[in-house]
Amino acid sequence: MIRYVAHRLLVMVPTLLVISFLVFVIIQLPPGDIFTNIVNELRAQGERGQAQLEHLRQTYGFDRPFLERYLRWLWGLVNGDFGYSFDLQRPVSQVVGERFLFTFILNFLTILFIWAVSFPIGVYSAVYQYSVGDYLATFIGYLGLAVPNFLLAIVMLYFANVWFGTDIGGLMDDQYRDQPWTWAKVGSVLEHLWVPVIIIGTAGTAGMIRRLRANVLDELQKQYVVTARAKGLSPGRLLIKYPLRMALNPFIADIGNLLPQVISGAAIVSVVLGLDTSGEMLVRALQVQDMYLAGTFLMFLAVLTVLGTLVSDLLLAWLDPRIRLTGGVVR
Amino acid sequence: MTSSPPRTNDRDPLPHFVSDLPFSPESDAAMPPEMQRYYMASQWTMMWWKLRRHRLAVFSAVVLGLFYLSCLFSEMLAPYALETRNNAYIYAAPTEVHWVHEGEFIGPFVYPMTKELDVSTFQTRWAEDRSRPLPLRWFCSGDPYNWLGLIRMDFHIVCPPEGGAFFLLGADRLGRDIFSRMIYGARISLTVGLVGVALSFVLGIVIGGLAGYYGGWVDSAVQRVIEVLRSFPELPLWMALSAALPANWDMVWIYFGLTLILALLDWPSLARAVRSKLLALREEDFATAAYLMGAKPRRIIARHLLPSFASHLIASASLSIPGMILAETALSYLGLGLDSPAVSWGVLLKEATDFTIVVLYPWLIYPMVPVILVVLAFNFLGDGLRDAADPYK
Repeated sequence: MIRYVAHRLLVMVPTLLVISFLVFVIIQLPPGDIFTNIVNELRAQGERGQAQLEHLRQTYGFDRPFLERYLRWLWGLVNGDFGYSFDLQRPVSQVVGERFLFTFILNFLTILFIWAVSFPIGVYSAVYQYSVGDYLATFIGYLGLAVPNFLLAIVMLYFANVWFGTDIGGLMDDQYRDQPWTWAKVGSVLEHLWVPVIIIGTAGTAGMIRRLRANVLDELQKQYVVTARAKGLSPGRLLIKYPLRMALNPFIADIGNLLPQVISGAAIVSVVLGLDTSGEMLVRALQVQDMYLAGTFLMFLAVLTVLGTLVSDLLLAWLDPRIRLTGGVVR
Repeated sequence: MTSSPPRTNDRDPLPHFVSDLPFSPESDAAMPPEMQRYYMASQWTMMWWKLRRHRLAVFSAVVLGLFYLSCLFSEMLAPYALETRNNAYIYAAPTEVHWVHEGEFIGPFVYPMTKELDVSTFQTRWAEDRSRPLPLRWFCSGDPYNWLGLIRMDFHIVCPPEGGAFFLLGADRLGRDIFSRMIYGARISLTVGLVGVALSFVLGIVIGGLAGYYGGWVDSAVQRVIEVLRSFPELPLWMALSAALPANWDMVWIYFGLTLILALLDWPSLARAVRSKLLALREEDFATAAYLMGAKPRRIIARHLLPSFASHLIASASLSIPGMILAETALSYLGLGLDSPAVSWGVLLKEATDFTIVVLYPWLIYPMVPVILVVLAFNFLGDGLRDAADPYK
């Protein structure tokens, strides 16, 4: 097990390095970003701008070759210095702190929601194949896959407003915004959080139900099930003891596919619903080309995905001795 | 059978018998024509038979076909031209189409609409003047346009009545007909998926083909790249890349840039499928035979290996088109993709960004209906194709 964990951690490092390089290339791509504009402005100011220009040069080395700038940025990331947001005129690390936390909580809860909902429904529609409930689940599943979650968010906002007269957007009531944490604030956050969790989770839940149903159906047709039944094991006990355990593997392994999807969904839904998570600020940072802020968010989302995949791999290894003993060659 | 010559003597060896009937090797295994048709059917024919049984997939294919066909005739189908502004009808509610006027059937017609201000809520309301029916005009001349940008015409299937307005799905903040704009928007929204998939097809087949055929370090390098790309949440990366498209580009270039970006993140799954199929197929005898006859790798891949799993590729491509359509819609909605004067369903939905406006004018979110329909249809069709891709099962 320890060897497997070490192996997985080692593999993660080059992946993260490549991702960070890609992110840096992408945020450097757009011509005329804020940074270049500021530098040009300072240059045009002549003498007065010199001191500030010198400071920027010291910190970001904008006149250095590409590779050196990348290494500086990477070094900063590792040390918790994410650069400076030229749009908000504050260091990035001051801006993003709470948003990182909310993004994490939102994504974590969404994954939990997807599991909690899709597991019973998936098992039900496999065991009672072609029943009314199965057809209903399949239909809702298709709909969940086809309706993009940001459109669902708009629709839900609209109907909540028309039917209940409430605004379900936001992550907390306005009076708690930028306030220190109290139990009342936590309560308000929880009150708001379930809406985005459901909206983001729909597509993932639909996919998960379909996959789990297929897996359980596969298992149910195997001979050991027939044998166990012939030997007189009660149906419920049989189901839980054997096919469910076998079908659980792909369920957990699938988080590698699920997580990028959930994070993508969260990014855009949070824009529609006006949540204080990464999505909203990332879009703005990209629109005004505030490169360090955008880069930090992109990097954060990527790290979140990679870490999530790691966790699911470790869970899988813990669950399945074949993986843990062969050093993770099976996948 | 002819009778053999009479035997004269018991000790003579038996004469060698040769039937003088014409030789036909199939004579033993004569099949009824119905069965023969089934056994002689080509792979593609069998796939078609199998797909035909999947009713929902066929229906979806027809729906999609109609959608794509409408792209050719957008200008004629739309009652208004793309940029026709009706200043008197800003945020007009959807026009109701009536059939019966005061107990008398006179075919589809509309009543003239007038704007009223509700003094208590300060909301504008649209009221119908029930006294004056205005029949819709069919096969008429209306707003002039250049058909497909080439031929100057003014023919429309249906036009607003004289002196009235016809907004089937309401009007937007400039008084433009949302229904007409949706018909025009189909052009970009529907083709983005096709062009993007075509690009990602090329990338996926070339890269996956190289990895699968050569194996070794090429394979492991490609595998690593695919892993990294797949571990990245797609949408933020799409957002970052499309934000990097220069703002001063022409819309046509932005369009192609956008499809390229969509393809850049889509090819890994296709390349993966190609690779694993190739790895399995290159060990087959027919591949070895081709190699021994001196065929070059390119020929082996393209002529011998690709055709044997082309159907799988088509099925998986049809499943990745809806993702691209949705991505374009999302990007344009966020203001990172296309923007007016280009019209796609995502661009139209951008009007619905400000939520207070949507509550007042809910018809602004109608453009999401075709998005959902098309995505659903592609999903059904893709499922059907995937089942049909292996007709021998």
